[in-house]
Amino acid sequence: MKLTALEKSIDPASQSMLNKAENEGIETAWDRYEQQLPQCSFGQLGICCRNCNMGPCRIDPFGEGAEKGICGATADIIVARNLLRMIAAGAAAHSDHARDAVLTFKKMSEGEAGSYGIKDEAKLFSLASEYGISAEGKRREELAAELANVLLMEFGKQNGPLLCTKRAPESRLKLWSELGIEPRGIDREIVECMHRTHMGVDNNATHILLQGLRTGLSDGWGGSMIATDVQDILFGTPEPKKSTVNLGVLSHDKVNVIVHGHEPILSEMIVEAAEDPELLELAKKKGASGINVAGICCTGNETLMRHGTPIAGTFLQQELAVITGAVEAMVVDVQCVMPSLGGLAGCYHTKFISTSPKADFPGALRMEFHEEKAYDTAKEIVRTAVENFPNRNLEKVNIPAEKQDCMVGFSAEAILKALGGSPDPLINAIAGGAVKGIGAVVGCNNVKVQHNYGHVNLVKELIKNNVLVVTTGCNAIACAEAGLLVPEAAALAGDGLKGVCEALGIPPVLHMGSCVDISRILVLASAIANRLGVDISSLPAAGAAPEWMSEKAVSIGAYVVSSGVFTVLGTVPPVLGSQAVTALLTKGLDGVVGASFAVEPDPFKAANLMLEHIEGKRKALGLN
Amino acid sequence: MKEVIILPERCMGCRSCEVACAVSHSKSRNLFSALGEETAPKKRIYVEYMPALGAAVPITCRHCDDAPCVSVCPAKALSMDEDTGTVNHNIERCVDCWKCSMVCTRFSSLYQLILVSGCWTSSMSSNREIINRWTEEDTSRRCDLCEGRELPACVEACPTHALVFMEIKRQQGTNAFSFS
Repeated sequence: MKLTALEKSIDPASQSMLNKAENEGIETAWDRYEQQLPQCSFGQLGICCRNCNMGPCRIDPFGEGAEKGICGATADIIVARNLLRMIAAGAAAHSDHARDAVLTFKKMSEGEAGSYGIKDEAKLFSLASEYGISAEGKRREELAAELANVLLMEFGKQNGPLLCTKRAPESRLKLWSELGIEPRGIDREIVECMHRTHMGVDNNATHILLQGLRTGLSDGWGGSMIATDVQDILFGTPEPKKSTVNLGVLSHDKVNVIVHGHEPILSEMIVEAAEDPELLELAKKKGASGINVAGICCTGNETLMRHGTPIAGTFLQQELAVITGAVEAMVVDVQCVMPSLGGLAGCYHTKFISTSPKADFPGALRMEFHEEKAYDTAKEIVRTAVENFPNRNLEKVNIPAEKQDCMVGFSAEAILKALGGSPDPLINAIAGGAVKGIGAVVGCNNVKVQHNYGHVNLVKELIKNNVLVVTTGCNAIACAEAGLLVPEAAALAGDGLKGVCEALGIPPVLHMGSCVDISRILVLASAIANRLGVDISSLPAAGAAPEWMSEKAVSIGAYVVSSGVFTVLGTVPPVLGSQAVTALLTKGLDGVVGASFAVEPDPFKAANLMLEHIEGKRKALGLN
Repeated sequence: MKEVIILPERCMGCRSCEVACAVSHSKSRNLFSALGEETAPKKRIYVEYMPALGAAVPITCRHCDDAPCVSVCPAKALSMDEDTGTVNHNIERCVDCWKCSMVCTRFSSLYQLILVSGCWTSSMSSNREIINRWTEEDTSRRCDLCEGRELPACVEACPTHALVFMEIKRQQGTNAFSFS
């Protein structure tokens, strides 16, 4: 099998870089995917177990060979255990990101991280009061320090519930408590997943999966939510603003610095350092007209939401950005960074700079980043990029022309503000039928899906049918590239949604942030549910992850569904080897948490599933 | 004529060939859909662990029409069942001489491996089980080289190229053959 550039991506900028790669003999993720085909059937079905050294064991999916592992584990047990480990890894990634954000916040409040400050004082006060901390007579730094300590305790807490869960409607809290899946402590749930999946511990698929839901909740209503809150205090709560996306944002005459990964702790500093007069002067000396910072993945989304810093691309465009030949430095922190980047950067003049104490890569220049001297390190990183500018080989440079305007910055606070301070106008629009419901579309790219095909077509289908879409992560970037994040995209929406968007001057697809910011969607859904006096599962809302690939997405799926939102997955999770687990996830959960999963690779059919679900919920609420 | 050649020294025992074979002989020819089919699809290739070799090897029999193994068997342990068109192996008669494996495109490399390792205790019984497994369960089930596919599914699925698809040249009038 040999895919053409047109088959690999729907995005013209990406297609032209894929052709450039082919002409230059450069390998990309798609080439490596082809080398992996056909992929291992046991892995795809989730029926391979490597949890002890009597194994590896695998189950014959067609019943002729082994039906049990050496310990006696059936396909049901093996699939459930493997899924739980995926959830644990995903929750760990989000929550460890949150921990670092809180630790930075704490150091800032204690005066040990001078590069950072308090940007959103109002949010500091409201969060402190939510956590029961009195602000009376305290300097704001004192209050921040106290809040940081309380937030850190959420990680090591033994007995729940996590305090953020209080934001969910009463009915949800009661349900979680009755099911025994109230998250107790962020770290505790993850540790317990690893314990339960150790040889000879939890061997009941349903019981294992309930821990999966609890761990997911500790991410969505714990780690991710804390990350969002603390980052808002440190860097500002996003407000609507304009920016541009796609590979065309890279500059011919400026120094291009790409920030890629997930945490704003670093990228915020890079954005600041890129405006440093000393470095701008140096850039001029090196023959550049300025310094251009562009983002990839969620660290890009963080700076996009708060500063309007342009975005160069989605997850699957990270290699393509380097292939433009115009990137002086690819600066990365954690998560979704391909280890191929080191070798790839070596084919161009690009410096591949790894910064996280947790994440090193082959071929990377290490410039470890610590909060205490954050700005100095950021300056050194940008200086390295500037000094690399004269090494750009113009014969190898080809920056695609495609760049697209977008309107971003829709935090839950910003959406409520746009609605005039209360969710009522949106609720009225939904009740009146102008807006049928809300679709939350999120997630990664995956080479198994034509790049951005699932994202863009699913979202277009939803808005055409008057479903307001809220988006985060790589779906948001994909939608931005397709021109769906501008108010003019209302023309693609059904008449009802179009009218609402035009009245408010907003796009039909609202960019709510990075993948930890899916917690903003939970807060928004709770605000609407609470206002209506119903549970989240009663709302005419549905979720989707059309091109998901990461373990984080599995954790997200677990907390979105256990928060009561029906979710459609665009790529098949490795669970089909167990009929029992598959049935539980796609049907059984409905009777447990009031929502379940569906798997549908075709974005048009996936949209239909979501629309049918929304229609059903509207009917149940007595709306037509 | 092209044939599946087994290179047993490359086999890591992952059983990818087995599942790919079953899927290729399912109704839907798709892994995820094949799981729900009324009759579970059956594989035609087996990864057998050979204790004496300390290794697993993929074994498959085509039940060739001209079955050279039958014609060279000195003990008449191998025979062709005219009704079912399948090769049968009678363990009572087998003297473990491995002559059959010298003329079989699929077993010859296994024979070579056994020659090299000097592991004669690894008897023909491993082959026998595989050959007879077909006839016990369903006479019509045999490797058809995945009709309609460019590459047999097992060959495509093998991550270490322990199964390869090669042109076989038989020397006329003899059972000798070579492949390239």
